Amino acid sequence: MQGMARSPTVLRRTARVHACCLAGLVAIVGATVRAGDVAPAVLEAQQQRIDVMQRAAATAVAIFAGEAGGGSGVLISPAGYALTNFHVVQPAGVAMKCGLADGRLYDAVLVGLDPTGDVALIKLLGRDDFPAAEFADSDDVEVGDFCFAAGNPFLLATDFQPSISAGIVSGTRRYQFPAGTILEYADCLQVDAAINPGNSGGGLFDAQGRLIGVNGRASFEKRGRVNVGVGYAISANQLRNFLGLLKGGRLVDHATLGATVATSADGRVVVSDILESSDAWKRGLRYDDEIVSLAGRSVRTVNAFKNVLGTLPAGWQVPLVYRRGGRREEIVVRLASVHTAAELSNIVDGKPKKSAGQPPLPPRPPGPPGHGGPGVPEEGGEPGNDDRPQSSDEPQPRATLPDVVKAVYESRRGFTNHHFNTVERDRVARLIAIEGLAAPQGSRWVLSGRLATGEGFRIELSDTEGVIDLPTGTTRVDATGELDTNPSPPGSGGMLASLLVWRRLMREGPEPLGRTSYGGMVPLDPRSFGEAGGPRLVDMLESSVAGIEARFTVGSDGFVTGIDLWTAPDADPCEVRFTAGQSDRGEALPPGMPAGIVVRHGNELFGEFLVEQVVLEVAGDTSGGNATAAGPQALPGGGP
Amino acid sequence: MIRRIRRAVIAMVIGFLAAGGLASDGSRAAAASPQETIAGAARKVVKIHGAGGVRGLEAYQTGILVSPSGHIITVLSTVLDAEELDCVLDDGRRYRASLQGVDPQRELAVLAIEAEELPSFTLAAADPVPVGTRIFALSNLFGVAVGDERVSAQHGVVSALVPLEARRGSYEVPYRGAVYILDCTTNNPGSPGGAVVDWHGRLVGMLGKELRASGSGIWLNYAIPAEAIASSYAEIISGSTPSGTDSLGKEPTGPGFDPAALGLVLVPDLLDRTPPFIETVAADSPAARSGLRADDLVIAVGGRSVASRAALQQALSAVAEGDAVRLSVVRGGAIVECDLGPRPAAGRKR
Repeated sequence: MQGMARSPTVLRRTARVHACCLAGLVAIVGATVRAGDVAPAVLEAQQQRIDVMQRAAATAVAIFAGEAGGGSGVLISPAGYALTNFHVVQPAGVAMKCGLADGRLYDAVLVGLDPTGDVALIKLLGRDDFPAAEFADSDDVEVGDFCFAAGNPFLLATDFQPSISAGIVSGTRRYQFPAGTILEYADCLQVDAAINPGNSGGGLFDAQGRLIGVNGRASFEKRGRVNVGVGYAISANQLRNFLGLLKGGRLVDHATLGATVATSADGRVVVSDILESSDAWKRGLRYDDEIVSLAGRSVRTVNAFKNVLGTLPAGWQVPLVYRRGGRREEIVVRLASVHTAAELSNIVDGKPKKSAGQPPLPPRPPGPPGHGGPGVPEEGGEPGNDDRPQSSDEPQPRATLPDVVKAVYESRRGFTNHHFNTVERDRVARLIAIEGLAAPQGSRWVLSGRLATGEGFRIELSDTEGVIDLPTGTTRVDATGELDTNPSPPGSGGMLASLLVWRRLMREGPEPLGRTSYGGMVPLDPRSFGEAGGPRLVDMLESSVAGIEARFTVGSDGFVTGIDLWTAPDADPCEVRFTAGQSDRGEALPPGMPAGIVVRHGNELFGEFLVEQVVLEVAGDTSGGNATAAGPQALPGGGP
Repeated sequence: MIRRIRRAVIAMVIGFLAAGGLASDGSRAAAASPQETIAGAARKVVKIHGAGGVRGLEAYQTGILVSPSGHIITVLSTVLDAEELDCVLDDGRRYRASLQGVDPQRELAVLAIEAEELPSFTLAAADPVPVGTRIFALSNLFGVAVGDERVSAQHGVVSALVPLEARRGSYEVPYRGAVYILDCTTNNPGSPGGAVVDWHGRLVGMLGKELRASGSGIWLNYAIPAEAIASSYAEIISGSTPSGTDSLGKEPTGPGFDPAALGLVLVPDLLDRTPPFIETVAADSPAARSGLRADDLVIAVGGRSVASRAALQQALSAVAEGDAVRLSVVRGGAIVECDLGPRPAAGRKR
């Protein structure tokens, strides 16, 4: 930016000789300027810009999808993960060839897809020291900021050297309607840097060379499919929200509140329709309620509402503030999926549900001679062709995949590439794993302490049963059978079942627990939306076991921070939240054990448990364990 | 005598504006960042929503505030040909606008909204900015900004100050005077009426209607200089130009196009709304090659419906020479599309 601002000086200095030169001849003017004529600060600024652009260029990926075309991508980790657009990789299938500015061609594998957001994650193979772009906080981007795109417009990068196009940020928080239900650009950045066909999927960088977005779309019109100074990029912050899911090889879905909003006559954003089965309804949202904010961002227009929603993955819990009759209410709602799993699979297999929606870009007119043919990517347009082969679980026959790709690809319904889900699940499992929790030591866990109300509690967990002693009485759950039949203690939604599956996860890991997959990153605390840098995200595992669905959140230190457990798909889950730390008495607890437990169900707080003591003992042996404190019989505040 | 009074009024208005401009420029002396410049200028740009929405005609454009009491200058277009004309300010406030007057020669219009203490541009009677001046263009391009969303900002350079020789369809534009040619892709739907400012936020010009150069046919990125805007504004509010909506939406007349040049002979135009039936098709003509036949009823040209023989004639005239001609006809109850290829040069006037 500095350099840009100062370049008129260059022009003025040469004005004597070139008094009538047009700005269009800057290159010629520049050529006549000797280095000695230019202020050192200008040269320095220029060198800085060149360096920044070269660093960014090193992360630019030229994606070749054979006959189907290709596009751009941007590397975001030394391991070779690169972001691009769904519409770039869709024709390519599972394997693709990617060129980098180092002049080398790499094999790459498809990892994760987000068709709604037009995002794909791929992984370049063969190195663990790829150059990677650093994410910027795209909420800080301002209109007027310098920016530049690095990519492969018109597939010009036959030598894999990316093209750089520079410009300014023209708009922020733009909303661009989806085609039907996919390829929605919400909360996106608008730039006047040239974004042409083939730039799709490439990085958009700020003046420091940090990634602020992924280019994917442009407004074209009467001039055919060439840049008219109006390009759009998916924001870095939206990408960050979905990155965990994408890394987990998922077929990612976007979120719906289960309610639609409209602008009222007096200009407020109000609920115009709401599903009674939605979480928002269960939490209290009703028709005509005025939406004040969603996920920590104020909502003053319908577009603003769609912008916020479009950046959030399905399944996240977010805060929602609404106003009814002058009263302000704050609730936390769980966002539902836009699509069914089958719908998403069909979209990816190229069988989009026919919709009246506008395609994001007008169909490509016949290109000028010299362009077209293989290599010019179909940007936008209908996301798929109906004459493609019928869908199967195997979008691309394994036999045709290169061996390096075959080794990192596993097809499974509902996933883009299940291999990477296993990779991520096992990574989280290693985080959780604590020595000494496995059998036979610690086969019975006893947690005791006080409720926030001051009365005592005692929880006993073993392979055979879970028992909880509360001031209101004792409840038992048989741990050997189905867990969904007994959401006890009453009112908790399944607290004992939650603790039993938590114990099994801690002792046995996710593999024996049941069907467990990696569920991406979710906010640790939904109420931390709106804080600088966004909410803190933690890994999530989801398990199907013994008739229940459970989701575990896991901090980067391996501490399990929470469990959501459903005993029935439409029921409110039991929400258990753990806090780490010392016991209420100030003593150290065994590793992985919570110092505090909060249990919620529906709109009610079931209980707040302050753990004073945790005893891990051999089942049947009540005399010892690896805690030296008093035995489990020594209940504070009285026992059953 | 009347003319002399008018001139005096105009001079007074311009003088007043110039004085305001100086005062205001003084306050802007401190250098602002590009981000601040854009944010400041964008507050004086409004999104205009009016008539249109049918194929090829947007229902939105841009305007600039030129007085704190809600005077807005924009381009004269079919968008303004609406019963209800809405102006949305940068902060999302929405006002019903009334048309104060038009300048059919420069194709500009003045609107008014009932508001006070609005941020506004000052129309100074300044010299043209030099070629090479760096500019920002602020406009409601593609209608992407709604409500309180800020209009789009693009950057560029003034490339030239040249007389405008341009056309819309096959019609020459009435504007006579110099315009800035911009190194900035501003020729987009919704952009007309947008502000072009320098890096101090001073108004350099206004983005004009979407036009193509008459010589080359390329889309022009141009701006009407602030001086012309100021003169036009002064004339309109002093009532010295023909005002009212008479000229709204009327394409200026130009040479007509003879369908015979395509090998097309239509039924004689006898009624008020003669249905555009094809009488005969000349052998080995573009019409014949496209598959058109006698007795076909033409219902659309390039996707725009034509209800009468006269409308068809007009629609064909509006297709630029060299642009593709596509007719939709009804034959035996079915709609048939026929591509006649590029439109030949304007034929003899019938």
